[in-house]
Amino acid sequence: MEKYLSHTGSVLPLRRSNVDTDQIIPAVYLKRVTKSGFEDGLFGAWRNDPEFVLNKPEFAGATILVAGVDFGTGSSREHAVWALQNYGFKVVLSSRFADIFRGNSQKAGLLTVVIDQSEIEAIWSAVEADPKTQVKVDLEAKTVAYGSKSIPFAIDDYTRWRLMEGLDDIGLTLKNIDSVSSFEESRPSFKPKTLPALS
Amino acid sequence: MGKTLAEKIWADHIVRQHEGEPDLIYIDLHLIHEVTSPQAFDGLRLANRKVRRPDLTIATEDHNVPTLNIDKPIADPVSKLQVDTLRKNCEEFGVRLHSLGDVEQGIVHVVGPQLGITQPGMTIVCGDSHTSTHGAFGALAFGIGTSEVEHVLATQTLPLVRPKTMAINVEGKLKPGVTSKDIILAIIAKIGTGGGQGYVLEYRGSAIRALSMESRMTVCNMSIEAGARAGLIAPDEITFEYLKSKPHAPKGADWDAAVSYWKTLQSDSDAKFDVEISLNADDLEPFVTWGTNPGQGLPLNSKVPNPAEISDAEERGAAERALTYMGLVAGTPLKEIKVDTIFLGSCTNGRIEDLRSAADVLKGKRISKEVRMLVVPGSARVRLQAESEGLDKVFLDAGAEWRTAGCSMCLGMNPDQLAVGERSASTSNRNFEGRQGKGGRTHLVSPLVAAATAIRGTLSSPADL
Repeated sequence: MEKYLSHTGSVLPLRRSNVDTDQIIPAVYLKRVTKSGFEDGLFGAWRNDPEFVLNKPEFAGATILVAGVDFGTGSSREHAVWALQNYGFKVVLSSRFADIFRGNSQKAGLLTVVIDQSEIEAIWSAVEADPKTQVKVDLEAKTVAYGSKSIPFAIDDYTRWRLMEGLDDIGLTLKNIDSVSSFEESRPSFKPKTLPALS
Repeated sequence: MGKTLAEKIWADHIVRQHEGEPDLIYIDLHLIHEVTSPQAFDGLRLANRKVRRPDLTIATEDHNVPTLNIDKPIADPVSKLQVDTLRKNCEEFGVRLHSLGDVEQGIVHVVGPQLGITQPGMTIVCGDSHTSTHGAFGALAFGIGTSEVEHVLATQTLPLVRPKTMAINVEGKLKPGVTSKDIILAIIAKIGTGGGQGYVLEYRGSAIRALSMESRMTVCNMSIEAGARAGLIAPDEITFEYLKSKPHAPKGADWDAAVSYWKTLQSDSDAKFDVEISLNADDLEPFVTWGTNPGQGLPLNSKVPNPAEISDAEERGAAERALTYMGLVAGTPLKEIKVDTIFLGSCTNGRIEDLRSAADVLKGKRISKEVRMLVVPGSARVRLQAESEGLDKVFLDAGAEWRTAGCSMCLGMNPDQLAVGERSASTSNRNFEGRQGKGGRTHLVSPLVAAATAIRGTLSSPADL
């Protein structure tokens, strides 16, 4: 995973709440067996509408998605994270994310940052007035900054450290694999096994 | 201070605990399907890793399998590639797989319980958000993303931050015609699609205790629709009785040891939940959704709400968008909404009791000429059981289609989809825009409401017949 320290870019203002993962990437696009190529399905149902914000030329090249409350609800599909990354997004800001989506994004290296809804609205207004507005999301300083504003955000130290070091979760767990082996020795014998198959 | 059920299960699965880090939690069972696993197996291959515990892992084909002509090759080449990839991966890594045509094939959350590998006190994960279904047995079960699937395959553990706990007390007695689906739709309407975010829900109270195992699964299944990764119900005699005859249930001395452990799996009387909410079962009516998220639901006797009367600006905006998408006018009685498609199935309501209850309503009747009805059993075993009881004949005689097992129209990854502008009454779990097919409109309902709606052609309960 790439190390993440800070990112500066322009913003796509998505003025919608409750954007579920079926909207981020509809199920019909989930049939690939790779982690790439999902950009075509991003916001698949809304892409045909020329008025949809993603289609507006002034927001082309945006790398920071600023969305309404409850972003990423519903299905656990990590394809939603890959679709955003494949399209070019590095960061998503919202006042609340769904748990599974947030977990997936942190594993896959897409930074998800929670700030107050009033700050989300302020960014929407700023970038709608000037789409070239550059926003800096600094993981080291834990701030979102644009113009003269600097908004602090909270993130747990462990996730922050892992993202900044670009560390692979599996590698970290494998360092402690002995503790897994000793846990396994203490598991009760009545716990079910899938093999051999019984029916 | 005492512990909640979720806290007990958590404590029993901590492999490693370290200040400032998530807990490393042992996973007792990992369920796999074709959509969220290919990239995880690929990751293992690239890093030269094995599946640590194939004997705690099981796979089935469900999300994009056809429900017609399953003896022929899958027509959609992309779906076929995904299913073939699962078959190759399971073969290479030694994972048990139930393929299309196998008697144990079906929706992953129907297969686990019917095999008896879903048991109280377990931690269960799957790359599917409806894994919360297994919480009905008093297991801590939740959906994960593909990175986590890979992590579990490689280590049989997950680093997790302990969730908060919420008690949902449902006291009272359901009226005839009101089901567990109505309970959960009412709960989601009450707390909202984000209300359970960060919590494990524990469903409690006399109305929950009175439910069968299959009805409990319907409740826990939709925990994620309230934003909660997991929902559970303490195991009791109903749970033990259901499990006893299942193929993978413990036998002999193991059974006795298991039951005595399972009996400890209750929230202590002095346990403190972070939040408690209550719902009165006596007052409940059949529930149906009118909007585009599962929290936008109302009793069937209500009218389509008027967004102008909603004070919260976010909710008002969402309601306006929903009515536009759904093609509904504020003030219209829900019972006057005409549908053209009925979907009976899914991991929410595709079990034998669901099929029986719908068949009871349809017996000796015909569905409206203006609707098509798809009946999709949750698993091949459910289908066989239904056929042995003659339910297939009831559905076919009524004019419905009798299909083979899979996720089908719940998410429309296979050919079972709504066309643009079509409107369904569906026993599934999500009414999101385009969920059942681009431009399709979904009303979530119970199997009883689905069957009555099929007959009348408008949203109805059996009492309207």
